[in-house]
Amino acid sequence: MSKGIIGRKLGMTQVYDENGRAVPVTVVEAGPCPVVAIRTPEKNGYVAIQLGFGAIKKGRVSKPLQGHYDKVGVEPRRWLREFRLRDPKAYELGQYVTVEIFTPGEKVNATGRSKGKGFAGVMKRHNYGGGAKSHGASVIHRRPGSIGCHTYPGRVFKGKTMAGHMGDERVTVKNLTVFAVDAENHLLLIKGSIPGARNGLVMVHKHEA
Amino acid sequence: MDPMIALVERKYSRQGEIPEFRPGDSVQVHVKVREGNRERIQLFEGVVIARSHGGINETFTVRKISNGVGVERIFPLHCPTVDKVVVTRLGKVRRAKLYYLRALSGKAARIKERRSPVARKGSPDKA
Repeated sequence: MSKGIIGRKLGMTQVYDENGRAVPVTVVEAGPCPVVAIRTPEKNGYVAIQLGFGAIKKGRVSKPLQGHYDKVGVEPRRWLREFRLRDPKAYELGQYVTVEIFTPGEKVNATGRSKGKGFAGVMKRHNYGGGAKSHGASVIHRRPGSIGCHTYPGRVFKGKTMAGHMGDERVTVKNLTVFAVDAENHLLLIKGSIPGARNGLVMVHKHEA
Repeated sequence: MDPMIALVERKYSRQGEIPEFRPGDSVQVHVKVREGNRERIQLFEGVVIARSHGGINETFTVRKISNGVGVERIFPLHCPTVDKVVVTRLGKVRRAKLYYLRALSGKAARIKERRSPVARKGSPDKA
C-alpha cells in the first residue's frame, strides 16, 4: 500500500559516506515509469496504479497490449507492474514516476526474483548441519538425518523441511536505506543487497511501518 | 562492469586528487582523525609495500618502523578520511608486493631510489 517504482538491478559496489565509512550499495536503475492504468474502487474494487518500465522492440508487443499503451499515449514497455495506493487521485494517466519520489536516508522495501539454485540439499536450503566429515562417517556428510518418529505418529509431519527446489521465487527485503538518489541518470543507491540477479526486475516501495 | 556502476564509482572516487605512487615509494599519509567533535590530521609516514584491488575498492599498505616495531596500515585509496598523500621518495623495486621487507631490518630493508622518468638521461621523451 505504498508508492513505489520499477527498476533494474545493475549490481553492487561500495561507496564512502561523509564519515569515511565504506558502505555496500546496490545500484538500481529505476524509472521513469509512466502510469499506464489506474485501478479505482468503483471499477476494480481496489486502488492501484499500473507502471511500465524498460525498453522493448516494436514487434514484440502484441496488438491488444499495444492498444493498452496507445490509450494512454506512451511507448510500450517491457514490464507492467501494479502498485497499490490509498488515494486513487494521487497520480494521473501518462504521468511519470521517477526516482525523485525517494530521498536519501529513507527506508524502502525491495522486491525481486531470487537467483535460482536448482534442486538443493538440506544443508544449503535449510541450513542443516549435516553429518560428520570424518571419524568414520560414510555417506552421511550432507544428509538430513531423522525426519520423524516411529509407529506413533507413523507419518512425516507436514511442512518438514527437506531437499528441493530453492530460489527463483519472489523475495522482499524490508527496511533498506536509500543511500543516494541520482535523478539525472535515474539511479538509486540502496544500502545492502537486493534479491535477484543483475539486470533483474526490482520493485522498490516506500517503507511503511 | 555495468557502465552505470562505473559512473557511480567514478562519482565517489577521488581520481586526480591523489598523486601517482607505486610500491617502494615513501609516502606521508595525512589521515583525518575524529576526537569527539574535533577533527585533526594525523601523519603516517612509511614505505608503500602493496597496492591491492582496483577501482573504488583500491587500498594501499604503508609500512614503517615505530620504536623498533614494524607497523603496517592499510588505507582505502578513495576514502575521504585520507586527507592527502604526499610522495616523499621514489623507490626502485622489482616486485609489486614488498612483503619480503617484513623479514628484513636495518640496512637490508633499504630501497634504491628511482629517478623520475622525466629527468632520466637519454630518455626519448624530453618534454
